[in-house]
Amino acid sequence: MKFLSEYRDPKAAEKLAATIRQKVTRPWTIMEICGGQTHTIVKSGLEDLLPKEITLVHGPGCPVCVTPIELIDKAVAISKRPDAIFCSFGDMLRVPGSAKSLFDAKAEGADVRIVYSPLDALKLAKANPQKQVVFFAVGFETTAPANAMAVWQADHDGVENFSILVSHVLVPPAMEALLSSEQCVVQGFLAAGHVCTVMGFEEYFPIAEKYKVPIVVTGFEPLDLLEGIHMTVSQLEEGRHGVENQYTRAVRREGNRPAQKTISEVFEISPRQWRGLGEIPASGLQLRGRFQKYDANRRFPFRGEPAKESAECISGLILQGLKKPRECAAFAVKCTPENPLGAPMVSSEGACAAYYHYGRRENQSLQPELSGPARR
Amino acid sequence: MADAKINPFNLSCPVPRVADDRIVLAHGGGGRLTHQLIEKIFMPAFSNAALEQRHDGAVVPVNGTRLAFTTDSFVVRPLIFPGGNIGDLAVNGTVNDLAMCGARPLLEMETLRTVVASMQQAAANANVQLVTGDTKVVDKGKGDGIFVNTSGIGVIESNVKMPIGPASVQPGDAVIVSGDLGRHGIAILSVREGLEFESPILSDCANLWPAVEALLNAGIEIHCLRDLTRGGLATTLNEIASDRNICIRLEEALIPVDEVVQGACEILGLDPLYVANEGRFALFVAEAQAQAAMEIMRRVEVSQRSVRVGKVEESPGRTVILQSRIGGNRVVDMLSGEQLPRIC
Repeated sequence: MKFLSEYRDPKAAEKLAATIRQKVTRPWTIMEICGGQTHTIVKSGLEDLLPKEITLVHGPGCPVCVTPIELIDKAVAISKRPDAIFCSFGDMLRVPGSAKSLFDAKAEGADVRIVYSPLDALKLAKANPQKQVVFFAVGFETTAPANAMAVWQADHDGVENFSILVSHVLVPPAMEALLSSEQCVVQGFLAAGHVCTVMGFEEYFPIAEKYKVPIVVTGFEPLDLLEGIHMTVSQLEEGRHGVENQYTRAVRREGNRPAQKTISEVFEISPRQWRGLGEIPASGLQLRGRFQKYDANRRFPFRGEPAKESAECISGLILQGLKKPRECAAFAVKCTPENPLGAPMVSSEGACAAYYHYGRRENQSLQPELSGPARR
Repeated sequence: MADAKINPFNLSCPVPRVADDRIVLAHGGGGRLTHQLIEKIFMPAFSNAALEQRHDGAVVPVNGTRLAFTTDSFVVRPLIFPGGNIGDLAVNGTVNDLAMCGARPLLEMETLRTVVASMQQAAANANVQLVTGDTKVVDKGKGDGIFVNTSGIGVIESNVKMPIGPASVQPGDAVIVSGDLGRHGIAILSVREGLEFESPILSDCANLWPAVEALLNAGIEIHCLRDLTRGGLATTLNEIASDRNICIRLEEALIPVDEVVQGACEILGLDPLYVANEGRFALFVAEAQAQAAMEIMRRVEVSQRSVRVGKVEESPGRTVILQSRIGGNRVVDMLSGEQLPRIC
């Protein structure tokens, strides 16, 4: 398929991998920020091509994983109102709240609908004026413009039965939080390409400078990742720490200015709770001034039981890149996609889900047998 | 921002969620929970030789003739989708389950009366007759819409020597799929409320018996056949790998997926290996007969894009492994619940 197969070409992949192998002289730990990148790495078996000196650790860039449990509880409570149509992106539905997920609520009769765009939720609100249509606005900078646009449009068209439950988070503050932790093991970052499509990458220069860490804006296909790793390793081996852009076909230095304008018109920066990471100052978005009447949090006051914590789930450590899923005692034993202890096991961008679905769970080799298959 | 610290005492996680204590939608999704339901609830209760074949239909000997019997319920939404409707789906689904047993379809029964024109057309195409049926009407709110159940009987001719089913799958077998994957699932998704997108993709809903008949007539020794319905190729192969304690090894570059289906899957974040088909099957056959089998299948309309996608190995057992396009290896797991469109 055009614009896809080029970035999955085996010959080009092997060539890039060989260049990386030549360049590496000592161990390096690189974090890919985005869960979409994690999934490409595991799904394409990319680590099979890399030299053993390179360790990839998986970052906090999974919007589903970092949405606070309290907000899932709130979403479930709103969805159970008889007058509500609760709309969400698909992979939020499986995430466990304190007692249940949105899928459970749906199975119990709540009107929970999967939509692909917040504008589709707005359309539903117009078509069902007697209902309250609530959209679960989660995500990083990538989804913020569309969510902002839906609120702006609702305001413009005077649609009063529409609101959004906001859990927007921002990447650069999370990177700073990781880097300022004493436990931090990350020596270089693959920044999330789609976040940078919207925001550009100017805000990464001070971070690279302050923490002396290379940051390479990277795409999502196997060749993008190999090239991003190559650019990061080159900087590390040469003792440089700049911001570079691998994903030039989608990302400009200044980003998408009209999208940024829409975001800042509708949202303002606020502190945010990150599931697994705690509160990070100035790390999220909330609705601004005249748009606050579209805030589901204000429209539907809810006081839930305090969320209970699982002592066994180490998702906080996973999201900081301090542990890998297989290092968790509960992984694939007590914690499975059917009975998840934490969100990374059910999200399509969660590291635990990637390891569970695509990775080896025991110490078995996936390489083909060298001799021909034995016949019984 | 420089003061932002990660609070190690604030690592929050939910309490465990128990999926065993009640039926959830995923129990009907065709993935791991459906498999568990069969193995933990139905098998222990009803275990018998026919059920334990774990095949698409039961093969039952009657006075020296081997009959194949199957039943299936159809609850698809929307009722009419690009390339078909619940009527021809209900007929073809049952005809195909019989074909996967190597059985020529004879009769159809117990079928709710609706979408009759399509059913009549599909039945005529498959050369089957609808010989008995039943209709129920329930109160509004207690099952609105149309649900169709079809059951079918087929006869396994004397030219079928080896039993067709997972038990006959051997290390060294080739795995062939009868065409490109994912059309039915994407066609349904493209018209689902809230997800509408423009797509010229039509469902692949079709009768598979002509392809199976051609293979049998040519004397191909079929080890196993499976139609690739709910859960797609990945789920089907996992069931067989698990039942037989074998490894099935696939090559991603060989698996046929139409560009439009691939494009829709990329946008929505779905894996075509798990997307449902209603007119595709997997064939397991000894390597020595693989080429001949493919050539025969390619001469039949419904399987003209047949292609070899992998092979069976002895170990690691109960595993499906896929070699990616760039040459890495990964496990292809059984699906947990239905695939959901991703956020970004």
